[in-house]
Amino acid sequence: MNFLSIFDVIGPNMIGPSSSHTAGAVSMALLARKMCPEPIRKVTFTLYGSFAKTYHGHGTDRALLGGILGFHTDDPRIRDAFELAKEFGVEYEYIIDEETITDHPNTADMAITGVNGYELSVRGESIGGGKIKIVRINSIDVEFTGEYSTLIVKQLDLPGIVAHITQCLSNQNVNIAFMRLFREDKGAAAYTVVESDEPIPESILEEIKQNPHVQELMLIQM
Amino acid sequence: MDFRNGHELLKICAQENLPISEVMRQREITCGTLKEDEVAAKLKTVLSIMKDAVNKPLMQPKKSIGGLIGGEAKKVSDFGRTEQSICGSLMSKAISYSMAVLEVNASMGLIVAAPTAGSSGVLPGVLLALQEEKQLRDERIHHGLLNASAVGYILMRNASVSGAEAGCQAEVGAASAMAASAVVEIMGGTPEMSLQAASLAMSNLLGLVCDPIAGLVEAPCQSRNSIGASNAITCAELALAGVTHPIPFDEMAEAMYRVGKSIPFELRETAMGGCAGTPTGCSLCSRGMA
Repeated sequence: MNFLSIFDVIGPNMIGPSSSHTAGAVSMALLARKMCPEPIRKVTFTLYGSFAKTYHGHGTDRALLGGILGFHTDDPRIRDAFELAKEFGVEYEYIIDEETITDHPNTADMAITGVNGYELSVRGESIGGGKIKIVRINSIDVEFTGEYSTLIVKQLDLPGIVAHITQCLSNQNVNIAFMRLFREDKGAAAYTVVESDEPIPESILEEIKQNPHVQELMLIQM
Repeated sequence: MDFRNGHELLKICAQENLPISEVMRQREITCGTLKEDEVAAKLKTVLSIMKDAVNKPLMQPKKSIGGLIGGEAKKVSDFGRTEQSICGSLMSKAISYSMAVLEVNASMGLIVAAPTAGSSGVLPGVLLALQEEKQLRDERIHHGLLNASAVGYILMRNASVSGAEAGCQAEVGAASAMAASAVVEIMGGTPEMSLQAASLAMSNLLGLVCDPIAGLVEAPCQSRNSIGASNAITCAELALAGVTHPIPFDEMAEAMYRVGKSIPFELRETAMGGCAGTPTGCSLCSRGMA
């Protein structure tokens, strides 16, 4: 069992009203923002399940947008996210999907376009108490929480690439807490997700990129 | 220094001759990742957020985003100062303060989940009313927060503080037990008396269902927080007077969890039963209040 701190009981400090529907929504969008390599120009949120039903009264819409704007769960600016998005030059749109059944009732998709046209689609689940999981990147099912420093490598599903990644991590003296490989089809695009207790050095990105089958890298620091 | 239940906590208190708050503080420093000064700084932040959340709605009431609540805390607070008030100053403050925090929560303001957002009014309501009435320094309230977090930790570890899992008894019930125990320590009661108060508080709210109208953290959540606060004060008073509960705290925690598991799905935060399932509750939901 994970250590339960005083401030897990008396906390988190958060903008209300709901740890799952508000704080969790902020966290998943903030994580999606960190995965985007360029400033965000536009975002389309699709809300499913309980999010789709009660988003307004829980401020889930503003919470998601607040996270995209870079606000943390205790930032009072979340309430004014609609107005602030205009100021920040971020376009936003909501799609309410009450038909599609998702694995978890509190699920949202975030389709992000960067200022230079970079596109990224991230699915998040709010699993209770403000805790979240990212469960899909583009069309590939993944799983990580953002509670650790996280390195995400998009690669071709070919032999030797995971060995190359672990070699790079070893060269930089990074201790791996969790490491998982996700793929769509054999030989197609795949993601390696590495989580570490400590910050992962930025310099590792250049080293991993040396392998021609590595397509893209994202680094989310704790 | 770690403990897994109330029994082990009381054993450490007796062996080391320490209050519950100090055992919880030392546990954090020896077993967690925070240093002594970080714990102190975080407690200060928590108390300052709690004070703001209690005070704001009394000055500037605000309608909730779901539209079901707003302004109740000020009403109760104003009424509490009239001749007609029947609660007495401490109780009147505790219930209005606890409702104030829920108003802040429901209008997208900053609160401290304690242990959850839906039950975030009970602990600050009780502790800040007590602080004012007894003119206590912040330091004493920090001890109360630490004591409450020990009780909350045991409930999170061995039972549940989730309405979806175990009903409102697990949220407001747990918050009430935490607050009752904290008041006992602040007022000079023993660690045993603290856990007696927590047992009493939990047994009083045993079986309470989670039935938020339109699925919102507004009603009946707000008034349930006032019940959690008044129950905490009542149970602390009983324990300080030497009244005991026949069931030890750890067994009460288990009982609460088992009762929670047997509460039907409709009454565990799904907004399908209880207040939410009434014709009016349903119409508020379909009218788009949510």
